Amino acid sequence: MNTESKKALFEPLVENNPIIVQILGICSALAITNKLAPALTMSIALTAVVVGSNVAISAIRHHIPNSIRIIVQMTIIASLVILVDQILRAYAPEISKQLSVFVGLIITNCIVLGRAEAFAMKNPVWPSLLDGLGQGLGYSAILILLATFRELFGFGSLLGHQVLPLSSEGGWYVPNSMLPLAPAAFFLVALIIWGVRSWKKEQVEEADYRIQVVHRTEP
Amino acid sequence: MSPADDKVVGNGGRPRLRDLPNDSTTKILVVATLVCIVCAVLVSSAAVLLRPIQQRNALLQKQRDILTVAGLYDRTADLDQQFKQIEAHLVDLDTGMYSDDGDALQFDVASAVRDPNASSRIPTADDLAKIHRRAHQMPVYLVRKGTDIDTVILPIYGYGLWSTMYGYVALNSTGERVKAITFYDHGETPGLGAEIENLRWQALWAGKRTFDEQGKVALSVSKTRPAEGWADYHVDAISGATLTSVGVHNMIQYWLGEQGYGPYLSRLRDGGA
Repeated sequence: MNTESKKALFEPLVENNPIIVQILGICSALAITNKLAPALTMSIALTAVVVGSNVAISAIRHHIPNSIRIIVQMTIIASLVILVDQILRAYAPEISKQLSVFVGLIITNCIVLGRAEAFAMKNPVWPSLLDGLGQGLGYSAILILLATFRELFGFGSLLGHQVLPLSSEGGWYVPNSMLPLAPAAFFLVALIIWGVRSWKKEQVEEADYRIQVVHRTEP
Repeated sequence: MSPADDKVVGNGGRPRLRDLPNDSTTKILVVATLVCIVCAVLVSSAAVLLRPIQQRNALLQKQRDILTVAGLYDRTADLDQQFKQIEAHLVDLDTGMYSDDGDALQFDVASAVRDPNASSRIPTADDLAKIHRRAHQMPVYLVRKGTDIDTVILPIYGYGLWSTMYGYVALNSTGERVKAITFYDHGETPGLGAEIENLRWQALWAGKRTFDEQGKVALSVSKTRPAEGWADYHVDAISGATLTSVGVHNMIQYWLGEQGYGPYLSRLRDGGA
């Protein structure tokens, strides 16, 4: 595997992560990460869609008229999302019910359309596939991190298996009742962003405004 | 997607297509049409191929819901084995007799209601549950203890605030007391109307009485305190969900009443069913 492919595949994990660097896909990252099982399913679903749409769009990129390119991209993405949704309904009905509208909302997930527009429209099929896979993995990494933390400390379980015995059932662990709620994911995402930016200083953006004294009244 | 691509490029009969600039009207129309056809075929074949599995899932879910309202569901045990405790029948709503004209478990109320031969319009004055049409037959599910009926489970549905709410109500052997109620599908407001799913609220229903001395449906869902002696007929409405609660009230009035399972339930009371 050459450096180019490696970069496409692994850069989105930390350096160019869709959630913590591009700040895309936040909505689903908040909504479905309170348990690990739906988060894993959502990760696989989104990765499948972004890989599929990148490959399909890249394959026909020379023939997509500029004036209808977004519509063509959306049609392809929407079809793939329906496909994934139907498969989930058939083979994972419980999880599909928990994910409810969020599978359908992959259509509007900015990561998918963003990669189609920014990468697949300009690159050959193989790099587009790797790019889709990389972005999907980056998204999955954050989702799994959030969901592991939230399920472990919010419910004392992992993938539905009780890990920390709950005090309500005679154990010692009192679950944090804020972690299952969406705002907790928001705080966790912020903490992750803070952590990563302290580690990789180049991610820190230049401040838009700097407050400075322009006029002083007293001497 | 590449087959579509090849068609655009290599369509031998129309060699000029390849040379067309991407933004020419013909090319736009051709690309749009091909993308639509390929995507439509993909989506519809997925829907058709996966439907049998999805229907199987729906059936399993239905069995689970029925077992749950019967208080028999054990998630660790085999579902098909557990469902052997349930006896399914079709009831002719007008006569209240078992008709058993078809498989009760597979009976699809929604398609019966669409079929003019299997359903009829409900007069507006009687249409408490706002469901417009009634199927001539409806399924009932029985749990027996020995040979005697122990629990009667009735599928019920009706309109709430935004949506049709679907559920089951479990009654005792004479249909005079509620054992349990459950809702398995609805589109009510999360946190308000959707509290009909709340197990603590559903638990309020256990032991409530259904019919008064005259055999009229007396079970009510309301916000007001019941009159002296009627507490057994009263379920407290969900606060913040007035219209959903009214919907549930009407749905109970309808389905236990003459248009619904009334004739069947009166046969049960007389020990005839």
